[in-house]
Amino acid sequence: MVALTAPPVERPAEPRRRNKPSRRLSPLLLAFVLVPLAVEAFWVFWPAIQGVYLSFTNWDGISPPTNVGLGNYTEMATDPVFGKALLDTVIWLVLFGGVSAVGGLAMAIFLQRERRGVGIYRAALFTPVVFSLVATSLIWQAMYQPDGLINNVLGGLGLESWQRSWLSESGTALYAVIVPALWRQVGYVMVLYLAGLKGIDPVLYEAATVDGASKWQQFTKITLPQLKSVNSVVLSVIVIDSLRSFDVVWSLTKGGPFHSSELLSTYMYATAFQSLRLGYASALAVVIFLLAFGVIVTYLVRAFKESDS
Amino acid sequence: MSRRNPLREVGYHVTASALSLLWLLPIILVVVTAFRSFDDVAQNGVGGLPHSFTLDGFAQAWTDGGAAQALINSMLVTVPTVLITLALASVSAFALARYDIPFRRTALLLMLAGNLLPPQILLVPVAKLSEVLGIYDSLTALVVVQVGFGLGFYTFVLHGFMRAIPAEIQQAAVIDGAGAGQLFLRIILPLTRPALAALSALAFTWVFNDLLWAITVLRSEDRMPVTPALLGLQGQFVSQWNVIAAGSVIAAVPTVAVFLRFQRHFVAGLALGAVK
Repeated sequence: MVALTAPPVERPAEPRRRNKPSRRLSPLLLAFVLVPLAVEAFWVFWPAIQGVYLSFTNWDGISPPTNVGLGNYTEMATDPVFGKALLDTVIWLVLFGGVSAVGGLAMAIFLQRERRGVGIYRAALFTPVVFSLVATSLIWQAMYQPDGLINNVLGGLGLESWQRSWLSESGTALYAVIVPALWRQVGYVMVLYLAGLKGIDPVLYEAATVDGASKWQQFTKITLPQLKSVNSVVLSVIVIDSLRSFDVVWSLTKGGPFHSSELLSTYMYATAFQSLRLGYASALAVVIFLLAFGVIVTYLVRAFKESDS
Repeated sequence: MSRRNPLREVGYHVTASALSLLWLLPIILVVVTAFRSFDDVAQNGVGGLPHSFTLDGFAQAWTDGGAAQALINSMLVTVPTVLITLALASVSAFALARYDIPFRRTALLLMLAGNLLPPQILLVPVAKLSEVLGIYDSLTALVVVQVGFGLGFYTFVLHGFMRAIPAEIQQAAVIDGAGAGQLFLRIILPLTRPALAALSALAFTWVFNDLLWAITVLRSEDRMPVTPALLGLQGQFVSQWNVIAAGSVIAAVPTVAVFLRFQRHFVAGLALGAVK
């Protein structure tokens, strides 16, 4: 799950008051900032720079890396597996992202009003969020077995011709892998939207009802515009989560069969740690970074504006 | 909204219950499978109705499958990671939020940016770095890399919280002669407790559920935390679904426990960002 957030919900009183920070800086304060920054620099920024550097090299991890310029990037153009992984990543982004956003919003609206039992329904939808993606995958792997529940249900409905070995057929593997990821993500997105819906002033709906607006009009004219900031958080979460997605695919298919469920993230990992082509793998990682770059920058700009309010 | 149609009300609850049940179905299935015997699963299928009740699956996963050791490893990684990350994040958030440090916004966003990077770009260098430092294939490596990667996010959230504490509280303490350290420990940290609780619950599940960092810096099976160890179990007990299901249940219990115990904090933590 990606870590993304804007300012906290529970603010103490007078949140917008401009604080007047003290000017004198003690060595203790400098250590407070510099030690964590140094830890992050050592384990994140320095490796990230190395990662970009390695993407211009050929390296097996043992002998010293040799410079190949843009060789790794030009190789991608003719690498059919890269093309497949890129396509699958885009499909993943659209399907996983689209369905979890729409599904999460729908669930949030459905379970929005406080009433008896609604807490239980919300908890049911939210429960998968606390499982690891690996545990989630194993749960679904059991469902997908040839003699598993899904095929049994299809058989019971007289749809024997629909039965598949879902994870081992090229045509279905990618979609079979998206479903468990969605099962877990919908509850998460629902919680984000529930918090957003709570923030909408009920007076807006009352006024609209008095004016004779239909439910649909209220949804498009009040709910959606009011959820603007939540939407942008959800969008960022989804894009970054999609590009990071690895665990489910790795646990269920390892990208197979025949790369039919290969994502850029799994291809990168396999290239690095199984084929030991560390230079090419680093170039693949840079591509993932470039795909996420726009969202990251948008998010940082938003955070920058808010961080001083 | 005051007049409710009772029929619609019933329809609502039927739909919502059905949906909830559908959502929980995979979980119910895995719990049921975990208590079935191997022969029962082999004969009647994973999706078949249970004809047996046994703890064999758990016993096998626990001892032969190494789930016991894996759980210990998970705790040895998760608890220090959460504590160190939150300690470092809260001191940096404190200094950045409450003092006029040069480039404070740049530092804050730089730290957040690090957390937004796709981890893939770090994997190869981090693996090599831990080899160079001689900590490759040790739990220490897993702790430090997760501390480094998580820091930015927690700092950013805590900064938002600490920034919102009124300046008068700080001024009063400073007039009373409190230094930065005292101000942090006695005043700001206690006021940040709700955020720390929420972040601890979240961080626990995230670190506990991690797969990618573990398989990047660890190699030995007996050092794997429970999440990557599940993949080993899957390979070791191919098609012994009762054992795999039992392993999944064992791996899920700690996070479910944290979630149930800290439910309010947990959901608050996830929702931290949604409302502007």
